Amino acid sequence: MNEQHTHDEHSHPGVGTYLIVAAVLTIITLVEVGVFYVPAFEPLLAPILLTLSAGKFVLVVGFYMHLKTDHRLFSVIFTVPLMIAVAVVVALLFLFGVFALPSGT
Amino acid sequence: MTTHADAMHHTSTGLDSRKVGFWVFIGSECLLFGSLISTYLVYQGKSVVGPTTEEILNIPLTSMSTFVLLMSSLAMVLALAAVTRGDRLWGRVWIAATAVLGMIFLGFQVYEFTHFVHQGLTLRTNLFGSTFFVLTGTHGAHVLVGVIWLWTLFVRSLQGKLGPDKAMNVELCGLYWHFVDVVWIVIFTVVYLLR
Repeated sequence: MNEQHTHDEHSHPGVGTYLIVAAVLTIITLVEVGVFYVPAFEPLLAPILLTLSAGKFVLVVGFYMHLKTDHRLFSVIFTVPLMIAVAVVVALLFLFGVFALPSGT
Repeated sequence: MTTHADAMHHTSTGLDSRKVGFWVFIGSECLLFGSLISTYLVYQGKSVVGPTTEEILNIPLTSMSTFVLLMSSLAMVLALAAVTRGDRLWGRVWIAATAVLGMIFLGFQVYEFTHFVHQGLTLRTNLFGSTFFVLTGTHGAHVLVGVIWLWTLFVRSLQGKLGPDKAMNVELCGLYWHFVDVVWIVIFTVVYLLR
């Protein structure tokens, strides 16, 4: 095989890392569901759940999709449209009044 | 050894063109799902007739299906690791495990959809039904494509045509599968947990 393929093989995390990531993903999912059922967390439910979800997203993309160790170009190709998608979602939510702006703005 | 087929897939960046192209595809998929998720959020709580989110969504059931999909991602990376090191048996086992877990996830979704229809929620009932079924249905269609792709790889493996030199084929399928997984991570939070 050529040099690039050899590099790719060595840059991927090992099985142990994959298992640790799976365990962390499972724990985060359990915490998410737990938080959902605890009334005390209700005022902070959205930020907590979005943070936990973002953590899971980063773990899968970073370790399972190998963006943490792969060539940076792949991260750029993925991140730019992702940011555009997030911007579109936020813009539409403002446009349709889901996020109420303070009066006078 | 570099074959002609391998060489023609490499670009001036030194990266495999199939992998670069696939990341571009995944980027475009971000925009597709971004538009579907924003449509769901924009119309959330605006249904004038029931059933609504609070009345119908089953969190414990969906938590189980989320766990199944997360475990399928683990099986997928283990499949790639096995194929890369030339372990044909375990490569085959983990590919089949990923496909079976994907089918279990689809089973959960079919059960959920059927249950919702029996409860009176269809694509045309209200805004929640329309946006929910389009979003989760599009995701389910992606899972189905992934399952078909995985079984195709499994058959190639049985034919002895999935050695370490073909690890890129498994890696591309893995990228697709993990993307479907991260989309579900977002859907699970936005649709099921955030009200």
